[in-house]
Amino acid sequence: MPPAGPRSGDAIFASVERVNAELFTLTYGATVRQLLTDLEEVEEVNKQLDQMGYNIGIRLIDEFLAKSNISRCVDFKETADVIAKVGLKMFLGVNATVTNWDAEGTCCSIVLEDNPLVDFVELPDTCQGLHYCNILSGVIRGALEMVSMKTEVTWLRDMLRGDDSFELQVKLLKQVPEEYPYKDDE
Amino acid sequence: MIGVGKIKQYSNVLDRPLSKGKQEVSLSAFAFLFSELVQYNQTQVDNIAELERRLEDAGYAVGARVLELFCHREKGNRRETRLLGILSFVHSTIWKVLFGKVADSLEKGTEHEDEYMISEKELLVNRFISIPKDMGAFNCGAFVAGIVRGVLDNAGFPAVVTAHFVPVEGQQRPRTTILIKFAEEVLAREARLG
Repeated sequence: MPPAGPRSGDAIFASVERVNAELFTLTYGATVRQLLTDLEEVEEVNKQLDQMGYNIGIRLIDEFLAKSNISRCVDFKETADVIAKVGLKMFLGVNATVTNWDAEGTCCSIVLEDNPLVDFVELPDTCQGLHYCNILSGVIRGALEMVSMKTEVTWLRDMLRGDDSFELQVKLLKQVPEEYPYKDDE
Repeated sequence: MIGVGKIKQYSNVLDRPLSKGKQEVSLSAFAFLFSELVQYNQTQVDNIAELERRLEDAGYAVGARVLELFCHREKGNRRETRLLGILSFVHSTIWKVLFGKVADSLEKGTEHEDEYMISEKELLVNRFISIPKDMGAFNCGAFVAGIVRGVLDNAGFPAVVTAHFVPVEGQQRPRTTILIKFAEEVLAREARLG
């Protein structure tokens, strides 16, 4: 029997199988480099990384829900907190904080203190337009879409571009009402 | 176009201290990423050989960096110069850090002098992979073969490295064998060194 209440990000991270972060970092680096070689245009690479992230997000949400035991969030504020405290922790082992809420409570920033994607990375002059971590914004967008939230996720600050931290802006565009694709008698 | 952008880098990656390499991420995070890498490469090729070559290339890039990093961190900027030394470095040190365990076995080929095999019952990258029937002998281990080739090549041991499934008696899943075939010059040098 799984424990009744929701589990903390730390507890889940401690209990799941883990791999060396450098293997992950370098594999991601190899992926980005392959995309740069194939697609040539930095903008295209940003798009492809976002798409890959989205593909991951729509699958990852199942594992997230299964392992975290978290039930429906009451509002978008709680959702953002859960992403920062549980989601990022259980998959990447990093801590994040939520700040910069707008008055309506539909737009906030997730600030990453640590980001395993960027170890050893330096953007050369030729790739300054690259959003190196764009896969991450795609993951969040994809995962939220699977729980009925259309969002727009953009990078506001990026340490690879000289900022002091990583800041992701998550903006709730609309909450899609749940529709059941099947009828009761089918 | 590559080449646009004005923002300059402020922090230099070389000024930062090198991490100890003890950090971890969840296995799922890696598996998701690797799956996307494979799927993306599938869209770029029309045959299995080409797909394996592309995965190997991606792995090679990892291997080259792993060698540099580990030689600096674990061996005080020294690297192995002898054949058996470098093989055991791959089989033990590199495997242990990257995959959390020493590889199951390291053997010398019985038919050819220049062949060595590293075998793993359940290779990390193949954990969540099942190969569709129409993809025949395709093995995602090509990525790991690429890592091994990247390490060996950059250490001065050029070799052809390939990944193969080998059925194991009484086991449902085959193990993966990484076959290393060294270039002639490597064996000639070994012979000279005695």
